[in-house]
Amino acid sequence: MKNIRIIARLDIKAPNLIKGIHLEGLRVIGDPLEYATKYYNDGADELLYMDIVASLYNRNQLLGLVERTARGIFIPITVGGGIRNVDDAHALLRAGADKVAINTAATKRPELITDIAKRFGSQCMILSIEAKRVTVGKWEVFTDNGREHTGLDVVEWAKKGAQLGAGEIIVTSVDQEGTRHGFDVDLVRAVSEAVSIPVVASGGMGQPEHLVGVVKNGKADAVAMADVLHYNRFSLPAIRQYARSQDLMVRDVPL
Amino acid sequence: MKRVVVVDYGMGNLFSVCRALEATGASVLLTSNPDEIQNAERLVLPGVGAFAEGMAEIGRRGLADPILAFAKTGRPLLGICLGMQLMFESGEEFGTHEGLGLLPGSVVMLPTSNPTFGSFKIPHIGWNKLAMTGQCKSWNNTILKNTAPDSFVYFVHSYECKPVIEQHCIARTEYCGCTIAAVVRKDNISGCQFHPEKSGKTGLGILTDF
Repeated sequence: MKNIRIIARLDIKAPNLIKGIHLEGLRVIGDPLEYATKYYNDGADELLYMDIVASLYNRNQLLGLVERTARGIFIPITVGGGIRNVDDAHALLRAGADKVAINTAATKRPELITDIAKRFGSQCMILSIEAKRVTVGKWEVFTDNGREHTGLDVVEWAKKGAQLGAGEIIVTSVDQEGTRHGFDVDLVRAVSEAVSIPVVASGGMGQPEHLVGVVKNGKADAVAMADVLHYNRFSLPAIRQYARSQDLMVRDVPL
Repeated sequence: MKRVVVVDYGMGNLFSVCRALEATGASVLLTSNPDEIQNAERLVLPGVGAFAEGMAEIGRRGLADPILAFAKTGRPLLGICLGMQLMFESGEEFGTHEGLGLLPGSVVMLPTSNPTFGSFKIPHIGWNKLAMTGQCKSWNNTILKNTAPDSFVYFVHSYECKPVIEQHCIARTEYCGCTIAAVVRKDNISGCQFHPEKSGKTGLGILTDF
């Protein structure tokens, strides 16, 4: 067995933490650093910041937030949204990010995956995939919060991303995102079985049972969650405790 | 106040390492100046990335000799992740490459399968437990002196160190049935495969004890 990572996902529309449904209809939640700090203290295994309007405007405004976060939060921080080239990635890593998550720019220029992996190591390069179900057992890659078609098949794109040097894949189900109805387990399993790098499931977590399902049946290596934490529907300690009760291995957090 | 010099050789999450050391109360100097490195009170060799590129960047900046000279002084040296790997004699990432040779042994790719577990995912990413190795009777006088066995720390790596001398490995971790050297120590030289700067309170405690 191996330990499952629990990742607090914070979608950002600078300067706010926001939350949408199907990645749209955004609502302001509050100050991202305040929430990030709470999740750090509650034992989140990692943080994921997504600047979810960045690629619409060709910019990433997270540098300052990342730097402030890295001053007091000592767990891995992944940053995604609007990263177009090696320099953008470098700036975020210098500000204190440990990994960058790339979606749009990678679909337009797949060699960017290799460039970033070569320069900073594969462990820094997370391929972010926004997936929409097309039919049973088939999903299409989208960009720009599920607005733009790419014509790419999710499983094929995941395989290609891994070959090009991605160290991890985060797959977000646009269909499930923000619904609290659970993950697209078939999607996560299809991606996880297709690649030999870790896969992070994202989109749909509404209760602890969903985490257990996407790990046991979806073969997720890590689970990202947003709404369930932001609205305090379940706390991280409660989620960890439930996972443990279902024989999943999660880390013990020191007091 | 404890003064720590962090080697800047262009590899890795230097910002995080410096902030974490500062959070333990140390004053931190990030530098690639050979004199500052050689004359440090305490030296940290951080790093993420590939072995060959790491050694090349150290070579390009003329830092191998100052690091080796520092190690001979008996003052504390800590290698983190790639920094720990570079302290060994050789690495097998993209061909065989010479390391700093401070510790006997080599750096090899993690297996991707074993008989008991079948195939599994690489890189090894995530929180994992530190266990005392059989040959190590106690963590007193090491960077783990205040760390409880079975504490969780954060790993991310595809390669592992294989120390020739078993006693150099003071803590191990298990990943999918593989035993991995998590902390090595020889006299004043310590290395950790995980990232203390990303391991929450446990990691800050380890950096405090460095």
